[in-house]
Amino acid sequence: MTRVPLERKVLNENDRLAADLRQGFLRHGTWCVNLISSPGSGKTALLERTLASFEPGRRLAVLTGDIQTDNDAQRLARYGFPVRQITTGGACHLDARMVANALAEWPADAIDLLLIENVGNLVCPSSYDLGEEARVVLLSVTEGEDKPLKYPATFHRADLVVLNKVDLLPYVPFRMDLAREYIRRVQPDAEIVEVSCTSGAGLDSWRQWIDARAHAAGLSVRAD
Amino acid sequence: MLEAVRAESARHSAHVLGVGVKIGELSGVDSESLRFCFDALVQDTDLAPLSLEIERLPWRNRCRVCARDFAVEDYRTECPHCGSAETEMASGQELEFAYMEIADT
Repeated sequence: MTRVPLERKVLNENDRLAADLRQGFLRHGTWCVNLISSPGSGKTALLERTLASFEPGRRLAVLTGDIQTDNDAQRLARYGFPVRQITTGGACHLDARMVANALAEWPADAIDLLLIENVGNLVCPSSYDLGEEARVVLLSVTEGEDKPLKYPATFHRADLVVLNKVDLLPYVPFRMDLAREYIRRVQPDAEIVEVSCTSGAGLDSWRQWIDARAHAAGLSVRAD
Repeated sequence: MLEAVRAESARHSAHVLGVGVKIGELSGVDSESLRFCFDALVQDTDLAPLSLEIERLPWRNRCRVCARDFAVEDYRTECPHCGSAETEMASGQELEFAYMEIADT
């Protein structure tokens, strides 16, 4: 018997597809965000607010993942931008192949900003690169402030953490100082914004973060 | 994983007898579930017999200030050597093949 060393990732195939997607995004000037959170943290609400903040005709598009139903796509389609639902039929995360398949029907060079809403789950999405330029993790104040410690793999890879539902802070025992401390412990480089998709508080900072990061990558969300 | 086993088997024109994988504490993969599925998929196929050896890798961080590595326990990510809070993950997210054992022909 011969032992052959094999230093290679098990998810090699996903990484290869994600690298293809990333190259395609670079070539076509698309800036891509992967949005991850628990179910119910407000990913869809944040996307609704985000879409509403762009003038009609801007070149942005949304992919939204769920295990079942196209409810989110219906909610998001009202804003007049292209939206596609990825129904995973049981899988608890999106992978690069699902994203590539969903994008295949859109002209590749028509999107400047691609927002991907992952399946609500703080575990598995962290292992699957979708070719994104930035990873955003949402945490809402109705959850425990120790979620970054409980799900470190997800928070560790966050470029930005959005603390959502801050309008509810007076009614819940959530400690913002601890949440920030725990995020910093797991991912010292993450930026943090506090928002409420209900009151609109902090949404300017979120939008500025998108614009600044896209600008830093040499991109802007143009009109058609 | 089994696709990789088939590819390796074809490359060496020999039966693969065993696979070694490294699984990090933070990879989100449960060793027992992986073993259960692995055995179920291999059983009664041309891949059998095929053993699976799992090496668990602990979560380790590296300090940005003193550059030393340390094991993270109870989510305490501060550096135990110099006390700095500025530390980053050094290992623990792996989901990698380590080796395959090929039958001698």
